Amino acid sequence: MSAAARLRLARLLVWAGCLAPLVLLGLRTLHDQLGANPIEFLERALGDWSLRLLLLSLAMTPLRSFSGWIWPLKLRRTVGLWAYAYICLHFAVYIVFDLNILEPAQALAQLAEDLVKRLYITAGFAAWLFLLPLAITSTDGWQRRLGRRWKALHRLVYPAAVLGVLHYVWLVKKDLSDPLLYAAILSVLLLWRWPWPKVRSAILRARSVSPASPS
Amino acid sequence: MLIRSIPPFPIAPSEITPEAVHADRRQFLARLGLAGAGLALAGCGEAAPPAASAAPAAAADLPALAVGQKRNFAGDETPSRYQDITEYNNYYEFGTDKSEPARNAGSLRTRPWTVTVDGECEAPGPLDLDALLKPHALEERIYRLRCVEAWSMVVPWVGFPLADLLKRFKPTSKAKFVQFFSLADEQQMPLIKRGVLPYPYREGLRIDEALHPLAFVAVGLYGRVLPNQNGAPIRVITPWKYGFKGAKSIVRIHFTESQPETTWNAIGASEYGFYGNVNPEVDHPRWSQASERRLGELRRRPTLMFNGYPEVAPLYAGMDLRRYY
Repeated sequence: MSAAARLRLARLLVWAGCLAPLVLLGLRTLHDQLGANPIEFLERALGDWSLRLLLLSLAMTPLRSFSGWIWPLKLRRTVGLWAYAYICLHFAVYIVFDLNILEPAQALAQLAEDLVKRLYITAGFAAWLFLLPLAITSTDGWQRRLGRRWKALHRLVYPAAVLGVLHYVWLVKKDLSDPLLYAAILSVLLLWRWPWPKVRSAILRARSVSPASPS
Repeated sequence: MLIRSIPPFPIAPSEITPEAVHADRRQFLARLGLAGAGLALAGCGEAAPPAASAAPAAAADLPALAVGQKRNFAGDETPSRYQDITEYNNYYEFGTDKSEPARNAGSLRTRPWTVTVDGECEAPGPLDLDALLKPHALEERIYRLRCVEAWSMVVPWVGFPLADLLKRFKPTSKAKFVQFFSLADEQQMPLIKRGVLPYPYREGLRIDEALHPLAFVAVGLYGRVLPNQNGAPIRVITPWKYGFKGAKSIVRIHFTESQPETTWNAIGASEYGFYGNVNPEVDHPRWSQASERRLGELRRRPTLMFNGYPEVAPLYAGMDLRRYY
């Protein structure tokens, strides 16, 4: 398959994959299949997909290095923006249903209290805030205007991902197996970026000895 | 002590969600879904399903109980749907996700069942469950149930006062506390091998709390035998306390002079006190207890002191409830 065909196919799959959870959630909502506590269900599901897509966007660079394919880099921004869309929906459900949005003054006071007193909310909010400028400057125009600084700015995704996983770890009551799975995957993705050039180049050299796939 | 048949009720009728609004929730949710799913769903054009009834149709396979007196201790509040009460459970022996106990608790065998009574009492011994239940006339009590996780429901339990049961064992003057042990059997509960909590699950009450007329032993709900995931065949209900205080599937009752170890307190004393009284003014270290989400409602409602059962307040006269949470 040519690189262009592979990119087209990958783009189609990424869009379908990112949209599917949202469509399924919508269908479940429509058919009253959100269980006894639908707001909690929506918050958890949207939060889960936020983290999954954020980790997937962080996996694109290692995937590019390992496979030699171009498409992971071309679609990294798409996946990242989808992750942010899920984060915004997750946040919106909290604002509308957990804070009393019908009384904005009271909701604002409640938000302030949550941010100060509840560490997991502080972490989640900070992650959302860190990613906001990234979403805004994700366009080609902003990338051109910011030049080298664009790359530096977008390194904010690393602390945001750490905060996102901490948000999950700190809210769980006892059974930490799910949040720790996310933490483990994030650790691998971050360790890959650690500047240990020798190890990495050795791995890549070893790979390039094997016949590379035509691209 | 006489039980008042109409307990003092601190909520004004105007504060209670009108039943029409309550029943309308499913349609509200459906609209929410249409808005959320956007164009992808616009073509479906399907009407929302009618609001599900609270009647326990799903319980048809559980035997009905002979219920005498029926009393409502939850004011005008509508009992939660049978499906919500039985499919949203914290019962870690059958899984930590709230939908898991309903799926996994089928492996629990509730007969034959023996409850062992020991410690500071004059009539100890193992007791077959049916012999234990026989002297007690069953009544229905509608109680609010507030979980420490800040959600709540209203449940029509079937059972009898805990005091009536405990007095049969003639607790001695040294019996200052009573401890309840839940079943912990790897055959019937394979998930306990994960060790999320130290098993068996243990809970306890001060003896005057246990003898309070509101403290209840539940063997059923909605007029039928208790589903396994709700703590069959026998469990404790203390409606003014967080749900974790109510031990499920009890196999041992232990009278003791000193405050007994309780499971959540043992693994997280800063988050779960021995008393576990519902108190909107004392936050859980990680979340607020000032409000709660009632199953069946979309927005949060304020949490009431002692979960709306002020008649228990004399039990804690002079105690600093911030310290003894």
